[in-house]
Amino acid sequence: MAGVPRTQIPELDRAYKYGFVTEIDEDRAPPGLSEDIVRFISAKKGEPEWLTEWRLAAYRHWLKMTVPHWARVNYPPVDFQDITYYSAPKAGQGPKSLDEVDPQLLATYEKLGVPLHERAILAGVAVDAVFDSVSVATTYKARLEQDGIIFCSMSEAVKRCPDLVRRYLGSVVPPGDNFYAALNSAVFTDGSFVFIPKGVRCPMELSTYFRINAAKTGQFERTLIIAEAGAVVSYLEGCTAPKRDENQLHAAVVELIALDEAEIKYSTVQNWYPGDENGKGGIYNFVTKRGACRGRRSKIMWTQVETGSAITWKYPSCILEGEGSVGEFYSVAVTNHAQQADTGTKMIHIGRDTRSRIVSKGISAGRADNTYRGLVRVGTLADRARNHTQCDSLLIGDRCGAHTVPYIESKNASARIEHEATTSKIGEDQLFYCRQRGLKPEDAVALIVNGFCREVLQTLPMEFAVEAQKLLGVSLEGSVG
Amino acid sequence: MALLQIEGLKVAVAGKEILRGIDLELVPGQVHAIMGPNGSGKSTLAYAIAGREGYEVTGGRALLDGTDLLELEPEERARAGLFLAFQYPVEIAGVGGVTFLKTAYNALRKERGESELDAMQFLKLVRAKATALGVGDDMLKRAVNSGFSGGEKKRFEILQMALLEPRVAVLDETDSGLDIDALKVVAGGVNALRSPTRSMLVITHYQRLLDYIVPDVIHVMAAGRIVRSGGKELALELESTGYAAHAGAPA
Repeated sequence: MAGVPRTQIPELDRAYKYGFVTEIDEDRAPPGLSEDIVRFISAKKGEPEWLTEWRLAAYRHWLKMTVPHWARVNYPPVDFQDITYYSAPKAGQGPKSLDEVDPQLLATYEKLGVPLHERAILAGVAVDAVFDSVSVATTYKARLEQDGIIFCSMSEAVKRCPDLVRRYLGSVVPPGDNFYAALNSAVFTDGSFVFIPKGVRCPMELSTYFRINAAKTGQFERTLIIAEAGAVVSYLEGCTAPKRDENQLHAAVVELIALDEAEIKYSTVQNWYPGDENGKGGIYNFVTKRGACRGRRSKIMWTQVETGSAITWKYPSCILEGEGSVGEFYSVAVTNHAQQADTGTKMIHIGRDTRSRIVSKGISAGRADNTYRGLVRVGTLADRARNHTQCDSLLIGDRCGAHTVPYIESKNASARIEHEATTSKIGEDQLFYCRQRGLKPEDAVALIVNGFCREVLQTLPMEFAVEAQKLLGVSLEGSVG
Repeated sequence: MALLQIEGLKVAVAGKEILRGIDLELVPGQVHAIMGPNGSGKSTLAYAIAGREGYEVTGGRALLDGTDLLELEPEERARAGLFLAFQYPVEIAGVGGVTFLKTAYNALRKERGESELDAMQFLKLVRAKATALGVGDDMLKRAVNSGFSGGEKKRFEILQMALLEPRVAVLDETDSGLDIDALKVVAGGVNALRSPTRSMLVITHYQRLLDYIVPDVIHVMAAGRIVRSGGKELALELESTGYAAHAGAPA
């Protein structure tokens, strides 16, 4: 009926279809954090002593740190002693092949649309699946090894190539970098490790799929990607979690290293459980992602589509050390209902002729708050550094908020920094125009939003772009009638 | 039976009564024109029939082939076969013309229980229709109505109409902002869509458009009422006498 208020139309919340729980025996640490727990995790993983000590140092550092409060997000204090820091499906550590993986787990990933049987996988995507604290399967390993590429879980990498891990772990995000990075360094459990040797172009997309399953458990994964000179790799991560009433913590660290003329493209489609319409439950997504363009003319490109989580606190950044290196950040962040996102990037120009580009699209609906926070810093030696930032916000309804907080610091007079920002509302006229052509309101919103995000979605690999488009539509369901 | 039947339609905008009881009856195949001065309620009639928010129906009925449009959501009215060519077509940034057309077209096919067309099939269809209206590939690739000239916007409206094949089309000031060449192209497109099973309601301020789209019936609207109806010769009479004689005239 034309006169019915928009909020009453019942298409709501077909939304989160990944909210199921897998019943599986888990091997869990007792809740809480102490030196003993750190040692327990390290022992579970059979780690060398240097790593145990590295973790303990991080833990001791963390004890002296305080929770950051500068982000525009509100939530009750997290009780870090009430979280379980290690939870792994039983049936032993690290299956040797897919045949050894618990069928229950395989079924879970099938349900999530992430088939782990290689023959069933979309051609050209290798997958590492991380379930709570451990990696359960990595596909296409043998094929990748022919090119000298290492793609495995972090636990396995510690055993297989300890020198590489030791050399690069924490070299981009030091253990004491920030509160959550320190916490992660102390208790990280699994995550993916990627090494692309000199001159190798990775023949397929690499992908990690993160799943939080167990209750009251944090996920602290650690990802490390190293691209040697001239290497090229595209990496994707996807994430989901069951619907639970309590908030769960996800505090990951991702480090990327690009040497001379290497290229790393890192794409994220983040769909952690966002909580219900009233803001109950959902994941706290407090993540540190940073890439170092160490080599000349190296390039790191971050693309993120953030639709999930109750709170997102995340600033994938680039340190542009190498002369002529390039950093790019493309982001779509959607917040609906009571979700909060404070996300953006940091582009640190150190080398000469470094360039960066930031395209951020924030979409806010319901009572949600969406903040873009970005830093562009140009150092004294970064002659002719260039940055272009474009920051667009789209509002749906009149109870949500969009905020843009750009920080610009330049110590070099030859630098050129440009910042553009727009805020718009999905107009009643746009909606009516689409509806007059026969589109339902939710389809009209999805169409308009996809148009708004097109520049970012175009940077995703094909299959994921399609997935992301659907996700945007689903995330905004119920935002208009 | 009338394809579009409007009885005693009263509409208020922001609490102010704009339409004070409109009666119209379009039998299949007919083209009616509504003329009248600015502010007489012509566009309000178009929006009210299409179900735009803020146009509050305070009385009367509007039936499309017997279905009461006023009971339906805007998209349901569209799916029932109602098309409105906008006076000011709306820009949608980043949404390609073909994507937009395909989404709308497939929504209608789905409604009718027909299978959706894939990208290739659809492109072939849309190109055939577009060529006739002088809409090139370049325009189809651009975002909907973004950076279009006045003439391009109107041609894109008529292209949508050609594609969606409505049963009743309401053209709201389709001639506004068009030079004579663009007007001829648009009118040609509209005339090509005249059919014994389709009715059209052409809203215009100027008689000029009716030289190219010749209506069966002309109505003159003033102060929210239809004050006179007649054949196409009425347009010529208005051309010489103007609306002044009708403004504020009692029904």
